[in-house]
Amino acid sequence: MAVIRDVMPAFELFQPASTADALSLLGRYGSDAWIFAGGLDSFDWLKDRIKRPRYVVDLGGVEELKGVRERDGGLEIGAMTTLTEVVRHPLVRERYPILTDAAEAAASPQIRNQGTIGGNLSQDTRCWYYRSGWSCYRAGGNICYADTPDAINREHAILGADRCVAVNPSDTAPALIALDASMLIRSASGDDRVVDAEDYFIGPGTDITRMNALQPGELLTAIRIPGDWAGSKFYFEKVRDRQVWDFALVSVASAMVTSGETIQNMRLVVNGVAARPLRLVNVEQFAKGKPRNEATAAAAGEMAIEGAQPLRFNAYKVPLMRNLVKRAIRGVEEWATS
Amino acid sequence: MGYFLTFGHSPWGQQILTHVSWNLLWASLFAGVAFFVAHASYMVLSAHRKRHPAETDAIEAARPDLPARIPRHSGAARAFHWVMAASMFTLLLTAFLPIAGVKFAWVTWHWTAGLVLTTSILFHVIHASVFLDFWSIWVGPKDLPELRAEILRELGHDVPGPKPGKYPLGNRLYHLAIVVAGLSVIASGLTMMVRVRTPLFPRNPYMLADSTWGFVYVAHGMAGVGLVGLVIAHVYFAVRPDKWWITKAMILGWITRRQYIEHHDPDRWVVGIDPKSRIPNAKSQVAR
Repeated sequence: MAVIRDVMPAFELFQPASTADALSLLGRYGSDAWIFAGGLDSFDWLKDRIKRPRYVVDLGGVEELKGVRERDGGLEIGAMTTLTEVVRHPLVRERYPILTDAAEAAASPQIRNQGTIGGNLSQDTRCWYYRSGWSCYRAGGNICYADTPDAINREHAILGADRCVAVNPSDTAPALIALDASMLIRSASGDDRVVDAEDYFIGPGTDITRMNALQPGELLTAIRIPGDWAGSKFYFEKVRDRQVWDFALVSVASAMVTSGETIQNMRLVVNGVAARPLRLVNVEQFAKGKPRNEATAAAAGEMAIEGAQPLRFNAYKVPLMRNLVKRAIRGVEEWATS
Repeated sequence: MGYFLTFGHSPWGQQILTHVSWNLLWASLFAGVAFFVAHASYMVLSAHRKRHPAETDAIEAARPDLPARIPRHSGAARAFHWVMAASMFTLLLTAFLPIAGVKFAWVTWHWTAGLVLTTSILFHVIHASVFLDFWSIWVGPKDLPELRAEILRELGHDVPGPKPGKYPLGNRLYHLAIVVAGLSVIASGLTMMVRVRTPLFPRNPYMLADSTWGFVYVAHGMAGVGLVGLVIAHVYFAVRPDKWWITKAMILGWITRRQYIEHHDPDRWVVGIDPKSRIPNAKSQVAR
């Protein structure tokens, strides 16, 4: 397939100045409209001419979608807030350093300046078979080229694959799920809804052509983080090929409340192993009430990888995920100094 | 062409078939609904000929040898029918609800229901071949006089011609259509299962070439959307008041003597005679 880079196909560009105007445009053009946030995912698609939207709605001028605000004891972050602003915001750093870590790990400073938290959450998968424009399941076809005997699938899924083996590339997603955040989705029709971060992401079994719950005409406007987990023990780690910036091979995020050395409550999420960030509820249940030590961490790590089905080139993700879960539970610094 | 089929590109840049266009789903849904609206309107407004009750009374009085209840479907046949119906509904709902916008994890449900359907049909083929009058459900050139008589009766004429044996002509034609669509959807579906992960066997996406896979997917889609219309038609007839006696027989297993006399040709569905040997059967009726 001929790929013409740097010359985008023609589209009609809209630059609304308010959420209401943006929603009106999305409602008018439905599935023909392309939501443009920081542009980092969008430009790849457009310049490669794989996606050819007729209408692009650039949210860059919608000020009400930007910024971090206090709300009900927690925080509300506008979907168009840049990753840099999230990283630097004092309230985020103070209450939810796990989000600071995740947003900082997402990309290089230049990309963080341009990329938004809404875009980081809603970006499409990086599977190159899909992004090359082939007619795979995710593109509406009838095959997964990454799950063939000779496919190059080092970065693909080891869990939750359902025909498609692409993985979710977001770094802020596991952190926000660990924080029990929710997504405010507004609609042109007025049917606004608040979706748990965990449910915002959908796997191929549910809809193989989408990675999140946004329907045509809908817009993610804000992320709400409750105050419940503020100040907890957090852990975020992202393993990638290049430390400068790269997508996660596997990442882990956890929020934990302890009493002495006993784990009272926790939320644990991994990403890069499935088409959606996976909250490990079984592991959370197992760990509650147990001492935070090597034995608990080791057992939790083994439990986390149950059911993993590696592909030809990604079996390394199984021990990687196991060890990241282990580290998320026992901690790294505490273990190193104990 | 794009209205009926969808195309994609292989890694070698070749245009390949991928699916039927889901426009066909709506077309089949529309055709099924249009059929029952048209048929129901005709039945309400036409001079559809029914046998006069007195006429049936006279025939019934002439056959005091018949029992009050005539066995029509054995327990095994009824169990097959309802298992098949449940699996068919599961297949159609899991296939088409996601396309209609109701999103859920449907694939495992779909192929599991497909295996249930396949197993039930295998059972049916063996059961019908060994224990039932296999040919009673099929249609052929010999049924042309009956087709002519049925059409004339539908048009309000009093036709003394042949009446159906055990299965009305409509039943037999429907069975033929469902055999074609059902076997197509099963054959293509089982082939497609090779491409998805199941605990049953290792998947093999390279079993067929991309273009051949496209034909398999199109065959599955064509048969699937066809089944939507066929199932609508079937449900419509099953709940029609004048056909309710047939549906009831599929639940209870028997029809009344009066229904037998009214709707069937006793010479073509001989009660009390073994249908295979045509030898008088001491056990009276043979349930099929």
